[in-house]
Amino acid sequence: MRIGLIVNPIAGIGGRVGLKGSDGAEIQHLAFELGAEPLSNLRAASALEVLSPLRETLELFTPTGLMGEDVARQKGFIPHLIGSLPQDTTTAEDTRQAALAMLDIPLELLLFAGGDGTARDIYTSVNTKLPVLGIPAGVKIQSAVFATNPRSAGEIAAAYLRGERIHLRESEVIDLDEDSYRTGLFTTRLYGYLAVPYRPHLLQSRKVPTPAAESVRMQAIASDVIENMQAGWYYILGPGTTTRAITTQLGFPKTLVGVDVYTREGAVALDVSESRLLQLINKQPTKIIVTPIGGQGFIFGRGNQQISPNVIRMVGTENIIIVSLAEKLNALQGEPLLVDTGEPEVDKLLAGYLPIVVGYREKVVYRIAF
Amino acid sequence: MKAVSPKPLPRRFHQASWDEPVIFELSQPGARGVLIPPVEPAILQEVGNVTATIPESLRRTTPPPLPEMSQVHVLRHFARLSQENLGVDLNIDIGQGTCTMKYSPKVNDQLARSPKLTDLHPLQDESTVQGILEVMWRLEQMLKEISGMDRFSLQPGAGSAAIYTNMAMVRAYHKSRGEGDQRNQVITTIFSHPSNAACAKVGGYEIITIYPDPDGYPDLSALQASVSEHTAALFITNPEDTGIFNPRIEQFVTAVHEVGGLCVYDQANANGILGITRAREAGFDMCHFNLHKTFSTPHGCGGPAAGASGVSAALAMFLPTPTVEFDGHRYYLDFDRPHSIGKIRPWYGVAQNILKAYAWIMSLGADGLREVAEIAVLNNNYLLKKVLEIHGVSAPYAKGRRRIEQVRYSWEQLSSETGVHSEEIGYRAADFGTHYWTSHHPYIVPEPMTLEPTESYSQADLDEYVAILKHIADEAYNSPATIHTAPHNSTCHRINQASYDNPDEWAITWRAYKRKVK
Repeated sequence: MRIGLIVNPIAGIGGRVGLKGSDGAEIQHLAFELGAEPLSNLRAASALEVLSPLRETLELFTPTGLMGEDVARQKGFIPHLIGSLPQDTTTAEDTRQAALAMLDIPLELLLFAGGDGTARDIYTSVNTKLPVLGIPAGVKIQSAVFATNPRSAGEIAAAYLRGERIHLRESEVIDLDEDSYRTGLFTTRLYGYLAVPYRPHLLQSRKVPTPAAESVRMQAIASDVIENMQAGWYYILGPGTTTRAITTQLGFPKTLVGVDVYTREGAVALDVSESRLLQLINKQPTKIIVTPIGGQGFIFGRGNQQISPNVIRMVGTENIIIVSLAEKLNALQGEPLLVDTGEPEVDKLLAGYLPIVVGYREKVVYRIAF
Repeated sequence: MKAVSPKPLPRRFHQASWDEPVIFELSQPGARGVLIPPVEPAILQEVGNVTATIPESLRRTTPPPLPEMSQVHVLRHFARLSQENLGVDLNIDIGQGTCTMKYSPKVNDQLARSPKLTDLHPLQDESTVQGILEVMWRLEQMLKEISGMDRFSLQPGAGSAAIYTNMAMVRAYHKSRGEGDQRNQVITTIFSHPSNAACAKVGGYEIITIYPDPDGYPDLSALQASVSEHTAALFITNPEDTGIFNPRIEQFVTAVHEVGGLCVYDQANANGILGITRAREAGFDMCHFNLHKTFSTPHGCGGPAAGASGVSAALAMFLPTPTVEFDGHRYYLDFDRPHSIGKIRPWYGVAQNILKAYAWIMSLGADGLREVAEIAVLNNNYLLKKVLEIHGVSAPYAKGRRRIEQVRYSWEQLSSETGVHSEEIGYRAADFGTHYWTSHHPYIVPEPMTLEPTESYSQADLDEYVAILKHIADEAYNSPATIHTAPHNSTCHRINQASYDNPDEWAITWRAYKRKVK
């Protein structure tokens, strides 16, 4: 079996010194001057520790030095090295090049240690062509491509490589625009999806019915939404695999990361901006359909900023349909779903309890907060 | 009672492993358990061809595909399977939380096996079955007293069948008021018995599920945001599967009543509240009991079980037909019930289980029922204290509060510190002759373990079970590989669960197995 490992050695260094991210050479330099220590290799080591019993059967491919070779050797692997990198500094381009090289091998699984910026670089190179799993090591962990901790990344990887009950899920890669973030502005983008293995809990008891495959449950959610679509209404669909299931069932096109507008009969406009949205829905009865984006349960303000406070006001909060797989709610462990539209007044309007469509004629009334 | 603990604790155990095939695979063509001698000519001449007296349409043209075996092979087969089993008659069976795995006195089985019962036929004239009708009528009176409800039906063949019955009565009630179409939603909670949502879904209702608030109680604000003119009913369990009693249950009931909905109390497991609280006083319109949980009938391993559906006087007209009535002189079945939802299963109820529940209640009396609940709650809170002394385990929600009859624990800390998961601890427990159940899916509580000690176990039993958990938790920190590769001393080792996700591969009958796998 072949696995890849890419460590972003400077991931996370910004966080410890309060820099809200580690992207860009200047910031990294500043972070080191402020005394930051890279932790991503330690985190990668925790994940590899879990994999080390499988070492005899694994071929591990990794870039040289701090981008993977060092930690692999430290954990007893004899890695195949790809590329030749300078030892002192690494850049986002190095991550992208390493990921591109991984595509040619081919691998069963690519592990990477980093944050949202690293995930974005990996996505740029491999898209969904290769199963990828993130070892969380960055300052910003909003993307849904990371295991909950380094050890569980190792466990999921081991289970996947052993051929246990593991499924691949398209998971969101979200990242901030860090330049604007540092100056106080806060915008994120949904960049795309990585194919991420996840392990449903093993079921011990026969008393428990096996949950249907995720795709089947997404279809059930889509059926519920479609059953309630009305003639003459516009439907603004935010990005996400669950909203995409609706258009798939209808046979309509959908952009992967954009906001699109439909009627019951077909697409009205794809990948629209806020201003285009406002134009389209003016005096037009409209509903918004969104799904939580990323690992923290944001329904507005992450990856779907086109659905702006003005759009939400014009549509009316009573015309918002939230769809989600139930396990996304379960994974929040009691924390509310979040909104961060950029306007506190609109956030306040949305806060409270809203029904979330979790299946065909199945809803959860869940808390929304800001 | 003097505690007798096995030494060492936990006890050394090794289960029999027979690698026993499925009984159909043991079939040998021509093998027979009993060889029936041919009919003597004189008798044949006297009675003629007996088969001819059976109507043509009822006669088999080919023999049924049953396994052909000798008596001793049948006996061995089942004796071996029984050695590969776990359960209350073999060891401490408190790990199947929510199921109320209490000890079921054998005398009740003897009663149910009596020819006085087994020789009855449901088509007999009422005058010839006054005894069992009296038992049914009297059990109904007892359940009325226990719940505060006004009428019961014992017809449902299981707990979920009783919930389905209640759902059907909810539907009939709203239909009778001309609101059948409008009231299309049923509200439940994520920690309620999952059959509530399932039965309502089968009945065509949209399901609204409430999650817990940060303290672990069903979220009252979420309920208040859910009720409307579309609300048909609230189906709710209390205490929930976490063992936490909802102290605001009255507000839940009030909020649903205010919008015209009905409130249905799932008392599948009423073991912690017998004689202490009643559905009626909490304002409910309906409730149900699983006779195989609280009332010890016992679990039927797939049936038939027995469920009891109870209603307030206003809803009694919707109960299944027939009801068992008593006119002061004789017991009879009332079929003349125009508003009834009809039959929920054939005949009048699972008579053997009804008799066992009746005998169990009679042997305890009213004070005894309350004592059952008190000991069950005491046992559970003793266990809670002891389990929480083990490093790495916690009882999420309602911090510092006691639980009613069961607890949903979490091994999250141990799991994050050792990489050992709850399922694996369950496998390892099989090495000590016991097991436990994690949780209903989905896992809201991470790394769950649900224990329910009931009233049947002694302090020494509970101490032994805790010693097993403590031993395994220590192993998780010191030699996790022992757990990752468990079980070692049990019949079954790890099973490849891949097929569980694939309807084309799973088979729950021999016929399905032959069709799908062979």
